[in-house]
Amino acid sequence: MDLILISLLPFLGALAVGLAARRGRNAHAVIAGGFNLAAFLMVLAKAPAVLSGRVFTAQVEWVPALGLNASYFLDPLGLMFAGLILGIGLLIIVYAAFYLSAADSSARFLSFLMLFQGAMLGIVISDNILLLLVFWELTSLSSFLLIGFWQNLPEGRQGARMALAVTGGGGLALIAGMLVLGNIAGSYQLTEILTAREAIQASPQYPLALVLILVGCFTKSAQFPFHFWLPHAMAAPTPVSAYLHSATMVKAGVFLLARLWPVLSGTDLWFYLVATTGLVTMFVGAAIALFKDDLKALLAYSTISHLGLLTMLFGFGTPMAAVVGVFHIINHATFKAALFMNAGIVDHEVGTRDARRLGGLMHFMPIAATLGVIAGLSMAGLPPFNGFLSKEMMLEEAAHTVWGESGWLVPVLATLAALLSVAYSLRYVVHVYFGPRRDDYPKPPHDPGIGLWGPPAVLVVLVVLIGFFPAAIAGPLVQAVSGAVIGAQPPYFALKMWHGFTPALFMSVLAVLGGALLLWRYAPAERAWQRLPVPVAKRLFDHVIAALVALSRKVTDAVTNGSLQRTLLLFFLATIALGIEGISVGGYQPGTRETLAASPVAILAWLALLAATIAVVMSETRRFLALIYISVIGLVVSLGFVYLSAPDLALTQISVEVVTILLLLLALNLLPKVPPSTGSLVRRVRDGAVAVLGGGAVGWAAWSVMTRQPRDPISAFHWAEAKPGGGGTNVVNVILVDFRGFDTFGEIIVLGIAALGIYALLQTAPWGVSGKRLRAWIPDLIRSPERHPMMLVVASRLILPMAIVVALYIFLRGHNMPGGGFIAGLVYSIAMLIQFMASGFEWAEQRRQTERHALISAGVLIAAATGAGAIAFGLPFLTSGFDYFHVPLVGEVELATALLFDIGVGFTVVGAVMLALGQLSNAAQRAEQVEHSDQPMDIDPSRTVEEKR
Amino acid sequence: MSIEFLLASAIAVLTAAGIYLVLRAQTFSVVLGLAMLSYAINAFLFAMGRLKVDLPPIYETGAEYTDPLPQALVLTAIVIAFGMTALVVVLALRTYLETGSEHVDGTPEVEDTHPDRGGGA
Repeated sequence: MDLILISLLPFLGALAVGLAARRGRNAHAVIAGGFNLAAFLMVLAKAPAVLSGRVFTAQVEWVPALGLNASYFLDPLGLMFAGLILGIGLLIIVYAAFYLSAADSSARFLSFLMLFQGAMLGIVISDNILLLLVFWELTSLSSFLLIGFWQNLPEGRQGARMALAVTGGGGLALIAGMLVLGNIAGSYQLTEILTAREAIQASPQYPLALVLILVGCFTKSAQFPFHFWLPHAMAAPTPVSAYLHSATMVKAGVFLLARLWPVLSGTDLWFYLVATTGLVTMFVGAAIALFKDDLKALLAYSTISHLGLLTMLFGFGTPMAAVVGVFHIINHATFKAALFMNAGIVDHEVGTRDARRLGGLMHFMPIAATLGVIAGLSMAGLPPFNGFLSKEMMLEEAAHTVWGESGWLVPVLATLAALLSVAYSLRYVVHVYFGPRRDDYPKPPHDPGIGLWGPPAVLVVLVVLIGFFPAAIAGPLVQAVSGAVIGAQPPYFALKMWHGFTPALFMSVLAVLGGALLLWRYAPAERAWQRLPVPVAKRLFDHVIAALVALSRKVTDAVTNGSLQRTLLLFFLATIALGIEGISVGGYQPGTRETLAASPVAILAWLALLAATIAVVMSETRRFLALIYISVIGLVVSLGFVYLSAPDLALTQISVEVVTILLLLLALNLLPKVPPSTGSLVRRVRDGAVAVLGGGAVGWAAWSVMTRQPRDPISAFHWAEAKPGGGGTNVVNVILVDFRGFDTFGEIIVLGIAALGIYALLQTAPWGVSGKRLRAWIPDLIRSPERHPMMLVVASRLILPMAIVVALYIFLRGHNMPGGGFIAGLVYSIAMLIQFMASGFEWAEQRRQTERHALISAGVLIAAATGAGAIAFGLPFLTSGFDYFHVPLVGEVELATALLFDIGVGFTVVGAVMLALGQLSNAAQRAEQVEHSDQPMDIDPSRTVEEKR
Repeated sequence: MSIEFLLASAIAVLTAAGIYLVLRAQTFSVVLGLAMLSYAINAFLFAMGRLKVDLPPIYETGAEYTDPLPQALVLTAIVIAFGMTALVVVLALRTYLETGSEHVDGTPEVEDTHPDRGGGA
């Protein structure tokens, strides 16, 4: 389980730094460094056991049904990478604490950095490739945040987007490739996949998987032709460049090549794809690096070149090349991270990192110069530093690699790349530190404090130590790691300075001499380079992105141009097309289930419904009539529910019907009564055709379902459990308040939000343009001279208490008989709305006791509190409890917590309905501008003449 | 004629009317269309539980019962449909007050035939 803790530590660190954002910069560094150090020490503690052959594993099931588990394993390869990630990470945190200016948010920076560290660590110790993919994507995302850390810089934003587009896109290919691979191997566990070499390479899907995985690796590791994002990512703060773009993230692709080496390598396809890409990248990167004046750009292209070198070595597919690759990963990480930090020091202390404006810094900053020179010479591959050792071994491997028929192509290109590498490394050293002193530095240069030179110094010490004592220091690690990469005992190798007069030695001497010569004649060489037609990758990339954006915009505009009619038409057509596709696959024969004979009354109701529906469609220009017809439909639907054993639905439908019609009447009052136009005939015929097709399809689907037997519906469970589990005999209500209480909870929230939306829409209507229109509105309907007739007012007052009693009754019996909170709330609302109708909104409003907003929130809160009450008893949210109590005289009484929940439902319904309709009435009343009366009715016999004045 | 046929054909007619009405250019027609579609969809959902006469899902000792689950789903759907209708009609009202136009796209009231605005779709 230690591994899980290790993998979590960086994420916890990110969280802790974020939480401590208000504290000082030192606190941030200490927190991040503390978590990092803890993880590093835990990994180190496991190192001896891992190096002696033990593999640690840990697993937590995540989504076992998908084969996705949080399983980790730590073998030598994972150990080496984890060590690099955590060790260099620690140095970077120290460095960053001194590097960032006071204006930069160090909490944000370190939080992102730790997030990245966790993702990267996850990649190298994942035992499940799906988990690995999750971490892989996380590195792309977190590096996006880090590259774009200086959000005010356009280069930062563009570089971040480009990196995300390239590595994220490659990540998608990798996901596909890994899924294919897992499919072939029959498992997503890496340890199992690694044993399935024969099956994988024999599979016809092997080329597909290989190419997709390689696209993922090559984009991440900036291989040609995906290399262009890396230099643009240099817009990141230098600590990020040193961490992500030299030592860790870009190595993720190489790591994956090494990780999957046992199962994927060894084929011709692998050799030609991987070795060739690596070779080309190594050469191209080195060539471009030489002519970059920005030190970070120079280092970025040199990183591309070295990543190419590593890719090439793993691409060779021989065990010995893999050994060299492993060794060079260590060496490259040490000298390159040191160099990036060194370039950062120059930038920080001199104010520029343009090689043309530098030189002679040896005199001003001897410490930084010494560190930079040693790391630079190691990068050049000069003895006695570690870069020399692995470069010699690389040249040795290249020397006897045959590409196609040609035995010279690889060695010659490799030597040329090495030559260029010597040239750019020496350029870094010579053009920055040597040469005459200058007097035009942007800032007076001087050595930085130990905070900045200390971290690279640690790495430079390693560069020297590994250079002098390779076998003692790196030997056991390389031995163990190459064993893990190869999946077998690695071949015999010797890490030493002097291998005798080998071909590699001559190639090396050639490269050093040539490189020195090239630097000596740098000016003419640069002029020649400028004349070369080199395509600018960024411009190409921008073109591609712009074209993609234009295309997607075109497609979007074709589908939806802002016209609701067009969008809906396409939606219905697409739905109908899908339905036709479904019918053509699944058949369209109705079933043979026995049907119920229809009584004459049912047929009569059906005819009424059809007639009303057609009437609604025909009355487009007579809107009030349409509302009356639509209420006929609602009535028939309610009757249908009564007949077909759904009393709850019938009660709900009929009360909703009343409220809806009232609402539509109120709205129609303010809207034009006759539409200005009904659309062209062509369009009506076209829409009619779509409507008939759609309606026919839905009707047919309903018919097909109803004529088939149900297939073991889950409601058998609800039926069986309603009484013993839910304590109610009305199963519909028990489902609403208990089994699916969470649904209901969501629904009342939606209802409340809808009511609040209506409130907001109408509350602001009296202002601005709409206010002007409201004030100019002239009631366009003939009004009854009797606005509040006495008979109606008196009847409504009589009805009120009765209606409330009915609502209470319906509510209380809801759990066992048809009824419940929804219906009770609606009935209560209707009782109130009748008062509006009788005496006017204003009169009723003055007598209102409760705030409707408060009623909505009270309802939701009561429901939530009831649900949360279950948690207090250690039960899941919304578990209902009930018991039977004996009350004298009344007898056995059942009390259920579901009743409380239903009270919440009822409150919300009342609040929402009353808020919506009240607000609409209010808007109409304000617009109407008739003289207001404080009297409940027009003629009140109890009023005296005096009062009336 | 069977009850099933009556219900299926009613669903068909209601859906067709709903589709036709929501494709109109006037917001009020669209509101009516949505109401019609709500009826149709609720009835469709209800039909998924198959039709039974005189067997309300009230717990009694008997093996025969109507499927209560679609009923519970439809019950909330009816209430939500009310909330939706109310919001849409108020939205239509506010749009009318803001723009002086009843067109669903808020455009002035002219016969919409320009191909770029859906006229030719």
